[in-house]
Amino acid sequence: MIDRFIAGRVRDVPPSGIRRFFDIASLMKDAISLGVGEPDFVTPYHIRSAAIDSVIAGGTQYTGNKGMIELRREIAYYLRGRYSLSYDPEQEIMITVGASEAIDLALRVCIEPGDEVVIPDPGYVSYAPCVSFSGGTPVLVPTVMENDFRLRADDLKKAITPRTKALVFPYPHNPTGAVMPAGDLKEIADVCIRKDILVISDEIYSELTYAGEHTSIASLPGMRERTVYISGFSKAFAMTGWRLGYACAPKEFLYEMNKIHQYGIMCAPRQSQVAGIEALKRGRENNYEDVAVMRDSYDRRRRVMLKAFGDMGLKCFEPRGAFYCFPSVASTGLDSETFCRRLLEEEKVVCVPGTAFGKSGEGHIRCCYATDIHKMTEAFTRMKRFIDGLS
Amino acid sequence: MDSFKMQILGILNEDCRTPLETIAVMTGKSLQEVAAAMDEMEEEKIILHYLPVINWEKTDRERVEAMIEVSVTPQRDMGFDAVARRIYQFDEVKSLYLMSGSYDLLVQVEAANLKQLAFFVSEKLSPLDTVTGTRSSFVLKRYKQDGVIFVGDNADQRMAVSP
Repeated sequence: MIDRFIAGRVRDVPPSGIRRFFDIASLMKDAISLGVGEPDFVTPYHIRSAAIDSVIAGGTQYTGNKGMIELRREIAYYLRGRYSLSYDPEQEIMITVGASEAIDLALRVCIEPGDEVVIPDPGYVSYAPCVSFSGGTPVLVPTVMENDFRLRADDLKKAITPRTKALVFPYPHNPTGAVMPAGDLKEIADVCIRKDILVISDEIYSELTYAGEHTSIASLPGMRERTVYISGFSKAFAMTGWRLGYACAPKEFLYEMNKIHQYGIMCAPRQSQVAGIEALKRGRENNYEDVAVMRDSYDRRRRVMLKAFGDMGLKCFEPRGAFYCFPSVASTGLDSETFCRRLLEEEKVVCVPGTAFGKSGEGHIRCCYATDIHKMTEAFTRMKRFIDGLS
Repeated sequence: MDSFKMQILGILNEDCRTPLETIAVMTGKSLQEVAAAMDEMEEEKIILHYLPVINWEKTDRERVEAMIEVSVTPQRDMGFDAVARRIYQFDEVKSLYLMSGSYDLLVQVEAANLKQLAFFVSEKLSPLDTVTGTRSSFVLKRYKQDGVIFVGDNADQRMAVSP
């Protein structure tokens, strides 16, 4: 048996809860899925086209480890204009294989064995496992619907121990759609400064906010020097399959992240980087029209979904970011997992149980409104029938 | 024009059968406000019509379609509008545009069969005083119309569940 060669810290991490659900769902051919976690737009044509042109023209080589300087310059310009963040493209920005890689790198750079990393729960599936792989201990802080799934400074304070090294701070939030208003942001920043904690801010959904502008925690006074800013092209530009993300941090930290990246990955794919340059360059010229069109479309569907859950009698707080609703199914008497399994079996609608994102997701389901409006409407009809049939 | 009306136009442009209730939810306005705004736009002739996009190929209906490039001598004091008015009165004419370039008017024509279409060109269009030349091209296959793709499989390529 090969088992004896497997390290405990890897074996002890369970596979993604989402995976199991995917296996059941993929067997049903005509199911309507609200279970996706990516845009329903394809990447804008001009971006696809720029990548193809570059490949045809022979752009098939490695790039520098940190990525193409032209892309890093575009990112620097974009972040300054969009979020008032100032990073040096030479030494403080690196291109990664999706934001996921950047998260992993940041955690691996900061974690000593036994260090604790605070993560809001529920949360994106990879944070806690990445902490564990690095030999750290994830400390999950429950967030609740009554609080719009915001991370409260008091709860953060309580979770902090002398071993706490970092906070993973992922807003706008997957799976809940929560955002952190500027006031709350300041309270969190104060705690982090006072307790001297690193913030790993995953802002991949920052372009998808529907009420007010997104503020980056890195832009608050005293935060830049303790924040790793992480984002990417997947959500804003509908570029999930290109695997293109980036990390920004003070140069000493980024230097170490780049070391791991250089030995482990080498560089992000060149054609994806070229596509990223095109996305930002064109955006700069037309005031990010691609993004605005998609955001407006999500916003319309967000409102429709929220209303539909109300009509079904499911409690749902108004999500103001990302493209998910996270309604409570507690009123049905079913736990999330049973609700989703039965909904799939009986009505062929795929939703993701909140528990796939952590214990605090119990009682909730994640539904993605980056879904065709007609399919979505049909899904609501089926869900309503399912729920009515329960009582 | 206010952004509320623009929003409505955007929604209708994607699907003009979107129920008013849904438009109200999407824009965060009341049903009455949506209805009033649409009435206004209809009155102002901003919204002229609500039409389906039909793939006639899948029906039994016989139909030929042509794009006719028309050169004209504009009439004194009337410009192209007077000629255009004569042309767009014909039922066969589905669209009509004044164009820049090597000809003047582009006429999109539809008829039941080739014979009728030829009749239209030779007996109705060409005899007009001001028409100096026509060049007809037949539509062989429709790939995309009004933003709607007619061919191929545009299925969702996403996995049913992803994190």
